[in-house]
Amino acid sequence: MVTILLYVVAAIAVALASGWLFRAALIAITKGELQRSFRGAPLTATFGMLVIVIYILVAVLAPVIAPFSEREVVGAQYLPWAAPYYLGTDNLGRDLLTRLIYGARNTVGIAFATTALAFIAGSLLGLWAATVGGWVDQVLSRLVDALMAIPALIFSLLLLTIFGTSVTSLVLVIATVDATRVYRLARSVAQGIVVMDYIEAAKLRGEGTWRLITREILPNALAPLVAEFGLRFCFVFLAISALSFLGLGIQPPTADWGSMVRENATLINFGDVTPLLPAGAIALLTVAVNFVVDWQLHRASGLKE
Amino acid sequence: MTQPRTFTDISRRGVIRGAATIGAAALILPASLRPAAAQPKPGGVFRVGIGHGSTTDGLDPGLWDNLYAQTFAAARHNQLIEVDANTQLAPELAERWETTDGTTWTFKIREGVTFHSGKTMTVDDVVASLNHHRGDDSTSAVKPFFEPVTDIKADGQNVVVTLNAANADFAYLMSDYHLPIMPSTDGKIDPTSNDGAGGYVVESYEPGVQATLTKNPNYWKSDRAHFDGIELLSIIDPAARLNALMTGAVDLIDQVDVATIELLKARGGNQILSISGNAHYVFPMDSRAAPFDDNNVRLALKYGLDRQEMVDKILGGHGSVANDNPIGPASRYFFTDLEAKSYDPDKAKFYLKEAGMETLDVTLTAADAAFTGAVDAAVLFSEKAAGAGINITVERAPNDGYWDNVWMKKPFCASYWGGRPVEDQMFTTAYSSGAAWNDSFWDHTRFNELLVEARAVVDEDKRREMYQEMQQIVSFEGSVVIPMYNNYVMALSDKVATPEKISANWNLDGFRCVERWWFA
Amino acid sequence: MAHVWRMIGQRLLFGLLTLFIISVVIFGATELLPGDLARELLGQSATPETLAALREQLGLNDPAPLRYWNWLTSALQGDFGVSMGNKRPIADLIAARLGNTLFLAAYAAAMAVPLSLLLGVLAALWRNSIFDRAVNAMALTSISFPEFFVAYILIVWLAQSGVFPSMVRFSASTTFGDRLYMSFLPALTLTLVVTAHMMRMTRAAIINLLASPYIEMARLKGISPWRIVVRHAVPNALAPIINVVALNLAYLITGVVVVEVVFVYPGLGQLMVDAVSNRDIAVVQAVALIFASAYVLLNLLADVLSTLSNPRLMHQR
Repeated sequence: MVTILLYVVAAIAVALASGWLFRAALIAITKGELQRSFRGAPLTATFGMLVIVIYILVAVLAPVIAPFSEREVVGAQYLPWAAPYYLGTDNLGRDLLTRLIYGARNTVGIAFATTALAFIAGSLLGLWAATVGGWVDQVLSRLVDALMAIPALIFSLLLLTIFGTSVTSLVLVIATVDATRVYRLARSVAQGIVVMDYIEAAKLRGEGTWRLITREILPNALAPLVAEFGLRFCFVFLAISALSFLGLGIQPPTADWGSMVRENATLINFGDVTPLLPAGAIALLTVAVNFVVDWQLHRASGLKE
Repeated sequence: MTQPRTFTDISRRGVIRGAATIGAAALILPASLRPAAAQPKPGGVFRVGIGHGSTTDGLDPGLWDNLYAQTFAAARHNQLIEVDANTQLAPELAERWETTDGTTWTFKIREGVTFHSGKTMTVDDVVASLNHHRGDDSTSAVKPFFEPVTDIKADGQNVVVTLNAANADFAYLMSDYHLPIMPSTDGKIDPTSNDGAGGYVVESYEPGVQATLTKNPNYWKSDRAHFDGIELLSIIDPAARLNALMTGAVDLIDQVDVATIELLKARGGNQILSISGNAHYVFPMDSRAAPFDDNNVRLALKYGLDRQEMVDKILGGHGSVANDNPIGPASRYFFTDLEAKSYDPDKAKFYLKEAGMETLDVTLTAADAAFTGAVDAAVLFSEKAAGAGINITVERAPNDGYWDNVWMKKPFCASYWGGRPVEDQMFTTAYSSGAAWNDSFWDHTRFNELLVEARAVVDEDKRREMYQEMQQIVSFEGSVVIPMYNNYVMALSDKVATPEKISANWNLDGFRCVERWWFA
Repeated sequence: MAHVWRMIGQRLLFGLLTLFIISVVIFGATELLPGDLARELLGQSATPETLAALREQLGLNDPAPLRYWNWLTSALQGDFGVSMGNKRPIADLIAARLGNTLFLAAYAAAMAVPLSLLLGVLAALWRNSIFDRAVNAMALTSISFPEFFVAYILIVWLAQSGVFPSMVRFSASTTFGDRLYMSFLPALTLTLVVTAHMMRMTRAAIINLLASPYIEMARLKGISPWRIVVRHAVPNALAPIINVVALNLAYLITGVVVVEVVFVYPGLGQLMVDAVSNRDIAVVQAVALIFASAYVLLNLLADVLSTLSNPRLMHQR
């Protein structure tokens, strides 16, 4: 127990130290407004940015960094952590480090595409419905209600069984499911805003709906949406992981963290840390993204302290 | 002497891996853990965690299709004939059976057997129980096997079955798990009742969750059903099943995740049973469709995979290498000297060249519904084949609907066979031209001739020769890649004692662990 | 107030419409899935003859719209029929499981909702402090592990040591206390899964308001930060908070199939997945409608509460 605590403390120290170094580096290479904002950034935020930058680098440079190729079977299964397999091998004898590195590319790419799609569709429709109201609002809201009332996992299962499990359909299906959630949030936030006096004023000025949404409502609704984005982003990993629980998900031999957690999950019963690695990779990214989101949230809120 | 033949299930769904095995049943168990022929002791509640069972499971015997339904049935029902630990037929509710010409079969029904409800079993009950599986409106899965039956009638304490053609092995059908004897009224059994003549009485049953049973005080067998009670739990998730065993919530689990077997052994407190049968995993190729219509392409693929690696990694060593031969090592006529195919990229390239190709691109469709680890096996296949210039694209299909969408629809996919105990049955089911489950759509003139001829041959050596030639043909000219034979792997608590010999006829000691095992 | 009642009435009507749409969507989707019940029941041992006989018995030969109509008319009369798979009345099949599902959802909600609201308010109050960041990091870590993985870890820690059972087994004689004890791990898993979302939305909604002029005003008047957050910010942040709570409550009822599988918990999610894979359409429909009703009602409640909490919406011009 004490050793675990020590590890945790050490990890936090390393994280903060790297966050501090990264902030110093950012301040050194930027100037003006950007530099000022980095100067005010908390260490958690810069640590988050550092992690994101590293993940992006790993994702982009995967073929260069990875010691082996993505699908190559290099040896026996479940080899221990020793050179040249620094994190051992998986159930088929593929290098785990390599799989993790390629997993970054596939998982982060898919998650980002899905979340972006869900947000563009969901938030625009939500804001539109709240602004226009009337039958547009009713039709959209009832449709979204109907879609949301079907449990997400079962809905995805139905759609993926019907449309097949290519990456494109996976992205579209998860984005559809997520967009309904975003829609609801965006609409409810915007509903609180459209009754504000300055919106009344803008309407009286004769501003068009599009302008009203993008100029007046969106900026004021951004904070909860950004917070939601941080969470939705990591929910995509979880959705893929849950789908692989049902035998759907990303096609092999493509590496993705969600499926990797699933494949090795039973080992956790014996205290084996292998399944913790992909799960840890997801967790680290989630925490990092949300630290940055928090910082942005704080800035957007206009709070000075 | 007639050939032993079992008309066990042909159902492939429900992940029933493996079937009757007549012959050697290897029991891999450390000598220290082997129970020293102890005398069975009565007592205790035996809790079994089974990786099957669904909320839609019913009580209609014609529709049982998973290990949960089968084990639950074995606990509460008896059949006319059972398959013993040595995979020989043994009398159960039929005291004996005989035929003079192979078309008229007489089963002498045991007297004085009562159902749980107190009703005495009559010959009419037996007739009704069998008739449930025939006739136009029957929905039973074993209905095809009753097609040759023209009449079933009671005759004193006998049941007489008449066939439209001689079949020396008909008695084997009576050991099928779909055929429990149930009480009847007006010539019909009630397919929603759980009343039976077996060793345990049902207390409660919640489909897909659990069943509790208590010992039948009036059970006619005195040397069976040692436990005071049975609890059957449906635990689908492999990790949950393992946890249930490790925390002592159950005493026995089936289908142990191969990745965890060694860890479980090292932990102590449990025994692992690994029972080998004739069950095997298959990658059938549609022999009508290009490029699989060229035997050279098929041979290239057969030399393009590492079978031992698959046994090690997919089965965790709990199985053996198969040489594209559907006849397992437990069979009488198993061709031991069949030329082995090892991973040989040069040979694979050679055959590709013979087929006039430099490289080959094929898609292999798989889902874990085909067999546990099917997708991984396909990935391993693809990896090794790449070294021989063969590009196999692995396509994972959803588990849901796999048998409808993929099997016998896609030209190259993953599948499994329970392994037929009798050579003729295996070949007839999946390799004879035009057979309903000939999943490679294979049609080989010499093979078809041999198959028909061999049925009539009496001379053992001649038969052996013919069946070995057939194995040779399937292995080298057939349209299936058969990488491995898989074992049944179970884990049980050290408190549980088993007979020295465990049946290889189906999983869980032929479903009979509930009445054959006991607490040490 | 009349305006709220009108809204409730209107929304209930729309709720019925939603249920109708869902029943059509689910029916259509299960029709589009390959295979049917007869095929699934017989598995690969199906011969054309047995399939035909079974289809006839199950009434699967009727055209789809007719089957839907038959189902709808009897469902409207409160008769959900029998499971085609095992001939049990669907009402019986569902009753016990619905109870189990609601019990687990209520159990998890009783732990998760107060916890996440409290943590959210405290995190907003002490924003950017060590407390805020630690709570955030922990919540985010717990949410970023897949549910089954959280469950496995809890089992390794708390079940293998024998503190709590790793699987749930209810019988007729199970007392309420036993139920709480046996379902603790699944409830804890769900708590960990939903807390982060609610807590973060609470925090974000409050912080979003803290820059508003009226809060600035309150601050300038020297009101304590605690009072500002609780008395001035929280009431105005209620709408998004209520919405996210409603969403998570709906999730606790409808989305927990994975947790049910891992803890062998006999709930509705497992029933639905089984029924979908067996194409037992009557069961799928019944469960889908229960889920949908739960969802519609929770959302209605959320909207009513948000409206009540916002005087501007209460008195729309």
